[in-house]
Amino acid sequence: MANLLYRQNVISVSDLTTEQLELLLDTALKLKASPRDDLLAGKLIGSCFFEPSTRTRLSFETAVQRLGGKVIGFSDGANTSAKKGETLADTARIISSYTDAIIQRHPKDGAARITAEFSSVPVINAGDGTNQHPSQTLLDLVTIYETQGRLNQLKIAMCGDLKYGRTVHSLCQALKRWGCEFAFVSPPSLAMPEYITEELDEAGCRHQVFSSLEEAAQWADILYMTRVQRERFDEQEFAKIQGKFNLNAAMLAGAKPNLRVLHPLPRVDEIHPDVDATPYAYYFEQATNGVYARMAMLSLVLNEEV
Amino acid sequence: MEKKQYSVEAIENGTVIDHIPAGKGLAILRQFKLLHYGSAVTVGFNLPSKTQGSKDIIKISGVTLDDAAANRLALFAPEAVVNTIDRFQVVDKRHLTMPDEIRAVFRCPNSNCASLSEPVQSRFYVKKQHGQTRLKCHYCEKTFSRDSVTEA
Repeated sequence: MANLLYRQNVISVSDLTTEQLELLLDTALKLKASPRDDLLAGKLIGSCFFEPSTRTRLSFETAVQRLGGKVIGFSDGANTSAKKGETLADTARIISSYTDAIIQRHPKDGAARITAEFSSVPVINAGDGTNQHPSQTLLDLVTIYETQGRLNQLKIAMCGDLKYGRTVHSLCQALKRWGCEFAFVSPPSLAMPEYITEELDEAGCRHQVFSSLEEAAQWADILYMTRVQRERFDEQEFAKIQGKFNLNAAMLAGAKPNLRVLHPLPRVDEIHPDVDATPYAYYFEQATNGVYARMAMLSLVLNEEV
Repeated sequence: MEKKQYSVEAIENGTVIDHIPAGKGLAILRQFKLLHYGSAVTVGFNLPSKTQGSKDIIKISGVTLDDAAANRLALFAPEAVVNTIDRFQVVDKRHLTMPDEIRAVFRCPNSNCASLSEPVQSRFYVKKQHGQTRLKCHYCEKTFSRDSVTEA
């Protein structure tokens, strides 16, 4: 397959064609099966984290180093010229003149697209505000494919904070291409936003709301858990929902053998540790896949052939 | 020769926004800040229209609407016709079509959108959803109702 990502930016899941997503997925699985340490040899990557995100940053920087590349950058925007008032546009012009690609995390929505407009080298979005985090979506897709052997026609249940959860929004936007069916479990005030359900309708993907996590666990091939943040509720309100969106091993009785529980991590109490020992738990493997997903992104944008 | 009778007085130079759906004239006057030009503005409400039954009309002396303003108008009253008047003659008649994309007209209402603090033009994709016009920001990818974008 021709490399449809060579010299391209990776900004948003909605920009990526199905062919590009499939290429990323294949490459990630290929690199997991047969690691390569030469694909970024001689390349210098800018790791520009304008806000702290240790897990994502370390995962990207691990990916660069495992591919034989070198990293420069920063892990907190407070120590950069942005603090002096430099625009992102100027920062992009400068850093792209030093490096072969930029990995960027930024607190503002749309920051990655602006950087890409002013950068002379490919930009990979490592999260822009509440908007996109395509490498998280890719690692989710890799994990779903790895555990189910396919992406098409799967039953995907999503639970927790579906309103503000960037990961579940992007995952819906990606999986709708393969005709998956969706079920949502959340407090009413944190329900999946209408613009996402409208996109699913337009793509012809069925979706429903379940009132209990047990019901979702029995229906699903993938149960994607996210954290309901206490600070989004007042105390009285939180008391009403407390525990209702937390998964434990007993709730998985009657689940299909192929069910896998995923979570973008870190978890707090939404997945009880007794789930870890069940055959359904797959969230730690999912996090490991993050490195391979990011290796695939970097090696494809910087090599004509992988 | 029979003199044509106008319901709203003719202007020598400027712009006539015609075929505004009846009832929307006042909103357009306000949202487009048409009084802020300091020019003479004459307005007609509920005038008879062969095609629409009734219509509103706005005439602004000495002002020509550029394409950006016409695009913006298309979002609110796609049926409207923008006529440029020179020496009492219509020298340009623009039938509006809803643009697929609209640039440099609105500010993104998302206060966390990076486009607000960077040297870029605002850019929105125009979508019709369930009969409503929605605008999706090219940068932050958030979708807004037409009215919330205007107010930004």
